[in-house]
Amino acid sequence: MSLTLQNVTRIVDGECHIDNACLTLEPGSFNVLLGRTLAGKTSLMRLMAGLDKPTEGQVLMNGVDVTGVPVQQRNISMVYQQFINYPNWTVYENIASPLRLAKVAEGEIRKRVHETAEMLHIDPFLERRPLELSGGQQQRTAMARALVKDASLILFDEPLVNLDYKLREELRQEIRELLKARNSIAVYASTEPNEALALGGVTTLLHEGKVIQSGPSSEVYRYPVNIDAAELFSEPPINLIRGTVSETEVTFDSTVHFPLNQDIRGLKPGEYFFGVRPSHIGLVPHNDDDLEVSVLVELAEISGSETFMHVKNNHFNLVLQLSGVHEYHTDTPIKVYLPTHKLFVFDLDGRMLQAPGRLYQGDAAMEVTHG
Amino acid sequence: MTSMTQNTASQTAGAGSTQQPKRFVLPANAKRRVNTQRRKNIGITAYILFVLVPIYWLLNMSFKSNEEILGGLTLWPQNFTLENYQVIFSDPSWYMGYVNSMTYVSLNVIITLMVALPAAYAFSRYKFTGDKHLFFWLLTNRMAPPAVFLLPFFQLYSSVGLFDTHLAVALAHCLFNVPLAVWILEGFMSGVPREIDETAYIDGYKFHTFFLKIFLPLIRSGIGVTAFFCFMFSWVELLLARTLTSVEAKPIAAIMTRTVGATGIDWGVLAAAGVLTIIPGLLVIWFVRNHVAKGFALGRV
Repeated sequence: MSLTLQNVTRIVDGECHIDNACLTLEPGSFNVLLGRTLAGKTSLMRLMAGLDKPTEGQVLMNGVDVTGVPVQQRNISMVYQQFINYPNWTVYENIASPLRLAKVAEGEIRKRVHETAEMLHIDPFLERRPLELSGGQQQRTAMARALVKDASLILFDEPLVNLDYKLREELRQEIRELLKARNSIAVYASTEPNEALALGGVTTLLHEGKVIQSGPSSEVYRYPVNIDAAELFSEPPINLIRGTVSETEVTFDSTVHFPLNQDIRGLKPGEYFFGVRPSHIGLVPHNDDDLEVSVLVELAEISGSETFMHVKNNHFNLVLQLSGVHEYHTDTPIKVYLPTHKLFVFDLDGRMLQAPGRLYQGDAAMEVTHG
Repeated sequence: MTSMTQNTASQTAGAGSTQQPKRFVLPANAKRRVNTQRRKNIGITAYILFVLVPIYWLLNMSFKSNEEILGGLTLWPQNFTLENYQVIFSDPSWYMGYVNSMTYVSLNVIITLMVALPAAYAFSRYKFTGDKHLFFWLLTNRMAPPAVFLLPFFQLYSSVGLFDTHLAVALAHCLFNVPLAVWILEGFMSGVPREIDETAYIDGYKFHTFFLKIFLPLIRSGIGVTAFFCFMFSWVELLLARTLTSVEAKPIAAIMTRTVGATGIDWGVLAAAGVLTIIPGLLVIWFVRNHVAKGFALGRV
């Protein structure tokens, strides 16, 4: 069962929520919709589910147009960000509910409910009501209800956002495991790049209602088609520096310049944006061609066992992602080292021209979008 | 707030008395708090007694004979009698009043809920042109005094043959009860996340099975509170009920106001009728007592 969105647009009260989205989801695939808040993740999922109707365009299931088909007749299931269960029914009845509607025999229902509950570790709570359970258990119940029927499309709308960190890691792993054996299409919406990478599969980047890139997660991570994609799929966001390329060297500002190296030799002279990942900048040089930049510390924020260091010089700001805890006082002058062979190059319109390790021409990048 | 101060005060007292039983002295402010608490309790007791005096007096009268009532001040019945109640339960012109009242009140509650449930669902779930204005306009329906509608109702019902039927009163009361019911129910329904509806559709429920099997049980306390408010209005409303009926559907409240016989006023029977009129209200309040506060906030708590 494959799902195809063809030029799907949704406009609500004159506001464009989804703008001309084209997307094909393969059977058995795990798809992550990555986008910021209000990027249209939920809107897109609701269109896939048939809860909303597209203003324009078609939704195809296995090549059959299902655009106007009510949600009851599509074989889908959905898990919401909030823990949505029927509060006045027991967990057992909650999980059994889609099967009852499908007129499955009582014995079969009992078997499948117990199986699913066991997979999600909620079998001891089957006789309780959802509101008597913890948040994680409530969400497990909702997931069990989504997984108990053989839905051809399973939608997860940021299901782990309201859970604590540990539980999130654990459930994320479980979701991935549970769906491996299935032939259904799974769609998982998330705001976190790390989550998309951890889940693997296919990542689709959504930005302001548009699908900007879609492909295998690691591909999309390594070769973003434009600045939006690169910023979206990087936490903290990728550093961008405007620079000038001449015949022989790259100049960021009067003091920071370096000779054109092998990786970016193909660039014509002109203005470009150069992107460098926060984790690639270091406090010590790793390579002979690392570029030394003198900067002032603005802020060192400690996040777990990592430090996000914000530094600046007269022309640009940088964020460094350093492992370990580093404490620096504001306005301490330090030197940081940019790896010149790990630079992304974008033209002034934001299109990616070069990614580290692979040469990109404009057209090749476009292919990834539609592929 | 009050219970909190009380708790802290009693805790301090309890902890102190077990640890150092002799030297323990209440701190000055704790003492003051206990005193304030005591004063508050006295105040509330006095107030409740004051409010209950007329009801006690009604009960008192209903167990006395007319002679005793008119004879002089007695704080409780000297010759306890159930005769007054016997009169009411044996005379159809009395007890039919209760039957009539209950009939049109129940009818009204049923009609109101049947109309208000779908309306409230629409207001809470769908967006349509003018929905907010319409919602507010509903409440403005309650701003006119019932007397305004007397003449149109009377004339209309007389000409379509509804006059002096239970349905006439029930429908007339709907004019006031439906808007209130829609307001209360909308609040309760909006407290149920929309995603529950969608989850049900995704599970495969058709709208009506979802509404009856999942949604209504979720807002059952709201329905209870709404029914209570409709009951309360319809049960105590006198003007419309009296004007739109003559014999067949005459409510108890109307009968009570007209019982001046040739022998003068039958005080004892009237008092008994009064007591019996309070009882249904008490019963209904007893059933919804835990939800009434939520209902007064129109479900928005």
